[in-house]
Amino acid sequence: MMARTLYDKLWENHQVDDLPDGSSLIYIDRQLLHEVTSPQAFSGLRMQHRPVWRTGASIAVPDHAVPTRGREAGVAGIADLVARRQVQRLTDNCEEFSIPLFALDDARQGIVHVIGPEQGLTLPGMTIVCGDSHTATHGAFATLAMGIGTSDVEHVLATQTLKMRRQKNMRVIFDGQLSPWVTPKDLVMAMIGRIGTAGGTGYAIEYAGSAIRALSMEGRMTICNMSIEAGARAGMVAYDRVTEDYVRGRHYAPKGDMFQRATGVWRDLVSDEGARFDREEHFDAGALSPQVSWGTSPEMVCGISESIPRLEAIDDPGLREGYRRALDYMALEPGQPLEGIELDKVFIGSCTNARIEDLRAVAAVVEGRKVHDQIHQALIVPGSGQVREQAEREGLDRIFLDAGFEWRAAGCSMCLGMNDDRLSEGERCASTSNRNFEGRQGKGGRTHLMSPVMAAAAAVTGAITDVREL
Amino acid sequence: MQPFSTHTGVVIPFDRRNVDTDAILPKQYLKMLEKTGFGDFLFDDERYLDPGDVETPISGRRPNPAFILNQPPYDKGSILLARDNFGCGSSREHAVWGLVGFGIRVVIAPSFGEIFYNNCINNGLLPVILKLAAVEELFQCCREHPGFELTVDLENQTLSHPARGEWPFHMEDGHRKALLEGLDEIGLTLERAEAIRAFEASRREREPWLFTE
Repeated sequence: MMARTLYDKLWENHQVDDLPDGSSLIYIDRQLLHEVTSPQAFSGLRMQHRPVWRTGASIAVPDHAVPTRGREAGVAGIADLVARRQVQRLTDNCEEFSIPLFALDDARQGIVHVIGPEQGLTLPGMTIVCGDSHTATHGAFATLAMGIGTSDVEHVLATQTLKMRRQKNMRVIFDGQLSPWVTPKDLVMAMIGRIGTAGGTGYAIEYAGSAIRALSMEGRMTICNMSIEAGARAGMVAYDRVTEDYVRGRHYAPKGDMFQRATGVWRDLVSDEGARFDREEHFDAGALSPQVSWGTSPEMVCGISESIPRLEAIDDPGLREGYRRALDYMALEPGQPLEGIELDKVFIGSCTNARIEDLRAVAAVVEGRKVHDQIHQALIVPGSGQVREQAEREGLDRIFLDAGFEWRAAGCSMCLGMNDDRLSEGERCASTSNRNFEGRQGKGGRTHLMSPVMAAAAAVTGAITDVREL
Repeated sequence: MQPFSTHTGVVIPFDRRNVDTDAILPKQYLKMLEKTGFGDFLFDDERYLDPGDVETPISGRRPNPAFILNQPPYDKGSILLARDNFGCGSSREHAVWGLVGFGIRVVIAPSFGEIFYNNCINNGLLPVILKLAAVEELFQCCREHPGFELTVDLENQTLSHPARGEWPFHMEDGHRKALLEGLDEIGLTLERAEAIRAFEASRREREPWLFTE
């Protein structure tokens, strides 16, 4: 049998039918739903009098538009009436269509890509979709996971399948050992910087190499999460003992003999020796330094000790114009060093970096230190209610509060600013999220993406800082 | 879904790369519950000088005169011409609903964000992938003849102007058929319900832990 990639196996394991136009009907094992991209899908079903194909394959949670404080009153406590209506609509739709929901006041509520793995709803070998482009996060579990639009959400609700075209295979290999204070976030940002925001378009990316094998599941999720920032809908990591140990004992994961039987199937979720990739990229993980974005696209990124590119060095006029526009928006100069750029806010959170490991890393940096006077808001927003509880059990909340951070309830928060956590015009923010687009965190806001430890260092110094020299 | 066959309209030269869906339809409008009503908020952050949200009356807002969608004849344009990786980023279909609501029928670019591209197909908005050189020529036409109009023929996969020429493009058959016929994709898939049920049964047998309900 021909050597196959992990992606090939996942694809072939889910092929229901080949269609005359060259696409395939792919079975979807799990659909995650949230309040923002699902209402129109449910309306569509209602209009056509169509039932949900398999209610137990879906799970819903409000996360995007929810406030991160004053959560005691549940949905009724959402001050923004438009957001309240949307969250209420999710509740109503789930009730009408019998879809399980982790409600706003449920301890399991959280960012959809944090709670899936946490609850064992994300299992190796699955196909997973969600109306959210960061769904590739779940690829860390050797799944085929991707973001879809609302029409496709409706399609999956009604048929448990999606019509898809097979992607090409790309392997990104990170070999070597990470230097101290260099994190998975830095690996993926460096990759995006090299291949560009469209570099992965048309590909499913498998992350491999010794540096990936050495990472925890949390770290692997951070990397897979940002695949879409390189243009790839799906990113994944092969199954191994780390995966197995994470999944074991999770609420929705199989137990006992069934778990043993499952691991027998899961062990095949690796690319075969000699499998062919259409494209490969290699990185020496040991040579990478902490990365910081300087522009308005995730590909506009460089190492902390580097400077913003000089425009005259760029031959391509389109690229030069893009850089100029980005620097105007960011109020930065070509050639300016990244270190020392002063900040107004710090945001630690999002589906990229709001898991327990991220919070522990932040605590290690800020313990015994204070948020700098210049920073007028420093938010820490855990990825889920369970992450929040875990952090509190470990006393991390005390460290954050003592340092002057605000310790909030779980949600997407300032990653996209759908609730009241956002940047004002001209404010500059160190953020552990995934997008630095114009206006992403608030109209006129300026985002610098970085790792949790780099954001922590920025919080205590008031400026972009090399955490290694703190 | 509205079928697409041919369309003639004013080309809006939107000379930018990596236009993301956050820019196309900003976050504050994602709380809306319908597929309609997004046209006024297309490129909202740039299109208006003052900030807005779902509850701000549009009549009271100040359009940004420097923004192309506020300038005639582009305010009535229906073909958006852009650079690489148009529609990258967030999966929000609201971006497509915004374009459609504004009256855009066709977006031309050398490449698109993949989720956005699919969302276009699902909403009868035609995304045309065109070679870089042809895109360059079209931008040139727009510069030389402001208000330049194109005719888009999906059946024959051409863009044309009676005096300035013809530019062929290619679209995968499945996508082209879906747009030309305005098909109900879910209805078509449900015709294969038996195959789905059979697959599901074998999957349940092989990996029963995936079926916990």
